[in-house]
Amino acid sequence: METLSAVLVEPFVAIAEAPMFFFEVLIGGLLSGVMYALVALGFVLIFKASGVFNFAQGAMVLFAALFFVGFIDLGWPIWLSLVVTVGVMVLLALVIERAVLRPLVNQDPIILFMATIGITFFLDGFGQTLWGSDVRRLDIGIPDDPLIVAGLYVNQFDIYAAVICGLLVLGLALFFQFTPTGRALRAVADDHQAAMSVGVPLNVIWAIVWTVAGIVGLVAGIMWGAKLGVQFNLALIALKALPVLILGGFTSVPGAIVGGLIIGAGEKVAEVFWGEVLGGAIEDWFAYMLAMVFLLFRPQGLFGEKIIERV
Amino acid sequence: MIYRETGQFKTSYAADQAIFPIAQDRLGMLVILAVAFVAVPLMASDYWLTTILLPFVIYGLAALGLNILTGYAGQLSLGTGGFMACGAFAAYKLATAFPELHVLVVFALSGLITAAVGMLFGLPSLRIKGFYLAVATLAAQFFLLWLFNKVPWFTNYSSSGVISAPPLAIWGETYVTGFEATPRAKYLFALTVVTLLALAAKNMTRLKIGRAWMAIRDMDIAAEIIGIRPLATKLSAFAVSSFYCGVAGALWAFAYTGAVEALAFDINVSFRILFMIIIGGLGSILGSFLGAGFIVLLPIFLNNALLAMGMAEAVALASHLEFMIMGALIILFLIVEPHGLARLWQILKEKLRKWPFPY
Amino acid sequence: MSGVQQRESAVQRKRHIGDVLLAAENIGLRFGGVQALAGVSFDIREGEIRAIIGPNGAGKSSMLNVINGFYQPQEGHIVWRGQRMRRMRPHFAARNGIARTFQNIALFKGMTTLDNIMTGRMLKMRATMLEQAVFWGRARREELEHRAFVERIIDFLEIPHIRNVPVGKLPYGLQKRVELARALAMEPTLLLLDEPMAGMNLEEKEDMCRYILDVNEEFGTTVALIEHDMGVVMDISDRVVVLDYGRLLADGPPEEVRRDPEVIKAYLGVSQD
Ligand SMILES: Nc1ncnc2c1ncn2[C@@H]1O[C@H](COP(=O)(O)OP(=O)(O)OP(=O)(O)O)[C@@H](O)[C@H]1O
Ligand SMILES: [Mg+2]
Repeated sequence: METLSAVLVEPFVAIAEAPMFFFEVLIGGLLSGVMYALVALGFVLIFKASGVFNFAQGAMVLFAALFFVGFIDLGWPIWLSLVVTVGVMVLLALVIERAVLRPLVNQDPIILFMATIGITFFLDGFGQTLWGSDVRRLDIGIPDDPLIVAGLYVNQFDIYAAVICGLLVLGLALFFQFTPTGRALRAVADDHQAAMSVGVPLNVIWAIVWTVAGIVGLVAGIMWGAKLGVQFNLALIALKALPVLILGGFTSVPGAIVGGLIIGAGEKVAEVFWGEVLGGAIEDWFAYMLAMVFLLFRPQGLFGEKIIERV
Repeated sequence: MIYRETGQFKTSYAADQAIFPIAQDRLGMLVILAVAFVAVPLMASDYWLTTILLPFVIYGLAALGLNILTGYAGQLSLGTGGFMACGAFAAYKLATAFPELHVLVVFALSGLITAAVGMLFGLPSLRIKGFYLAVATLAAQFFLLWLFNKVPWFTNYSSSGVISAPPLAIWGETYVTGFEATPRAKYLFALTVVTLLALAAKNMTRLKIGRAWMAIRDMDIAAEIIGIRPLATKLSAFAVSSFYCGVAGALWAFAYTGAVEALAFDINVSFRILFMIIIGGLGSILGSFLGAGFIVLLPIFLNNALLAMGMAEAVALASHLEFMIMGALIILFLIVEPHGLARLWQILKEKLRKWPFPY
Repeated sequence: MSGVQQRESAVQRKRHIGDVLLAAENIGLRFGGVQALAGVSFDIREGEIRAIIGPNGAGKSSMLNVINGFYQPQEGHIVWRGQRMRRMRPHFAARNGIARTFQNIALFKGMTTLDNIMTGRMLKMRATMLEQAVFWGRARREELEHRAFVERIIDFLEIPHIRNVPVGKLPYGLQKRVELARALAMEPTLLLLDEPMAGMNLEEKEDMCRYILDVNEEFGTTVALIEHDMGVVMDISDRVVVLDYGRLLADGPPEEVRRDPEVIKAYLGVSQD
């Protein structure tokens, strides 16, 4: 009875008693959800264009961040590190397309999925072989102190992160809408046959999407690395983009964003108000359990379409 | 001429449907069992038994469990570690709460408990396919580990979160678990359990239930139209697979390490076992064990190779290299031979069968 | 199709034909904005060979999917042996002996021919999981019994040489045959065939016709088939349903349907090879 009340009543009482605190937690959660959204966005881009469920998106975040911080630690200026890291991500996309995707074209999706798990391990191992496994501090000059907005304490860094993420999404939207490459990419997402007839070779498209996903990963890696330090854990945190996708649907960019926000806010609120009675660290699994329950009731996600299979 | 099928006419379907229809396979199996049960315990040192052979057979069992779910039924799982933990902690609770239970009963029950938990996390498989399911199984992985880590009841309120396996005897004073047991006894016990379960898996996968699993894997719609119930079939795969993983987890805690904490079954264990079945061969019993052997030996081999090159301090490097090599091998196998080492072995057998006349 | 014409003519076979086995009543099926079927009613009698024809996208495959409960129509019902089904379900259909093949082959491509056909016996097996694990008693007995039955089908369809080949490695024509074998292993009362002869050469088509007629005659199996080859349809079917844009255009014996002006109009420009 006591535990029941501790789980079902007291947290709500706590929320009602300190609504300002609740809102701060909520906003903190939403802002960290932006990061999940960023990783999920990379997944969605690749899934839409090539039908590949890219498990390695999280590893790409870590990989990009490792190179970026590595170059900076070598004493290179930020802009040069950035340019060279983008170069690395382009190269990576080309290699993945050539060495993994092309030989596996037309294979079962599950085989491709497992191949991206292989990529994940390769990247994690390779990045750390080159750059070591110590936690590296990354300082890109964004202030990390609290700010008071409308009476609420909000972390300044998180606001920067949200703005940068917004700009990135806007940039991508413009890219898809107004450049020929972007339009070709959208065509592929809609219909592979049609895209072939537009005259864009499929493997070029794939290399481009993987590059774009790599750059999205780089942005996520820089933001996250600046917040938490660049370390192996980033790859694990990035795994939470998977439940985000379940919520948002695998093919929807707005879904990735909304899903990221829901997961981010949900797990923060759950941790702060329910974590203690349940033993703490429920952030570890909250997102996954939420996704699993969601799967039972709306498997196509919030924004996905329900399809009836044909035979 | 070593390996011939010719001349062995299958006089009846009974012979053809036997578990090992070809005489040389039967013989090979007997030789392997004789080596594993007689020669190894006589010759292997305690060091070999505890650091290589025990983990090998136990990993082999876990890989077999995952292979039933992923290789045969086509449902990808990243929760193997969580299910192993479930088996380990169930066995611990049972053995400490009911000390009079026989060790085999403890293991069977912990397998059944894990099977029930596995079915729970398999429920979303009704609505989603193959790799989406990975997310549900990640939920199992993270939630179960958290549960055993944070809820003190599961560790009998041990302050360190570590459970130590109580000594259990197979008969009389012959202990097979805990610190009292000799490495030889633990090895033979684990080997017996694993062998029996492997034979059972071999039978299941070649009969009705196995065909149902593969039908769901290959073309779920056609399977449904033949009258196979998708949910029941998938759940049965989850149940059997989790049973195997649960028993493997219990063996891990009781016969291999003797004392274990929940974090020993973290997500890396799940990946490691997934890699075993990809490299060993998806949908192959033999492959599960080949893959387990490979992945158990790889780090040992790497460490020795680095040592030989004079890099004694390179523990971290070895583990990063191991990651890289595993990743690359996974991709390589998926591209070149998705049926893994088991298929390579089969090709070799076919070559031998035709030798010395290739046509 | 001369080999076929030497057999009993469709008219002679009429005497085997019995009561209505299955009826579609006023079936309406939509996918989003697409009206795949609209107000379609027809019946299938016991022992007959019923053809469903129509141009591409007419809704033929959808009709078969409604019959065996894979698609749920928004309007109308399926009546099975006089019993009006509230919802047809694939599992119910399979239990009641409705078997089918698919337009795009739907075999279990990682399994051997033998295992594929054995899946057709699945519903007739009773052994529990435990019995299977030890391969003892009922599990063993059943396996051998059904294996013997399946071997007879393998002989009937003349495919013993590919018994142990994974079906993914077989040529198209043989895959179609294995699919038929799998359906036959269910000992169906009603066999639904979706374009069983598509993509086959003349010889393969003749073989396939012979198998269908043999199954119909020897086991009294009712057959409903979709086919584009008018020659085949005219030769082997007892009655023909014509669909066009999801509507029923004509229904009757082949000669009558062939002369129907509506049908001719719908088929103008569509090849009639
Ligand atoms: N699962 C589905 N989802 C959406 N639309 C569908 C689905 N199945 C069929 N349709 C649509 O319904 C219509 C009828 O399709 P159907 O496959 O039944 O035609 P058909 O007569 O079998 O054609 P064909 O000769 O090409 O096989 C088509 O417009 C098709 O696009
Ligand atoms: Mg069709």
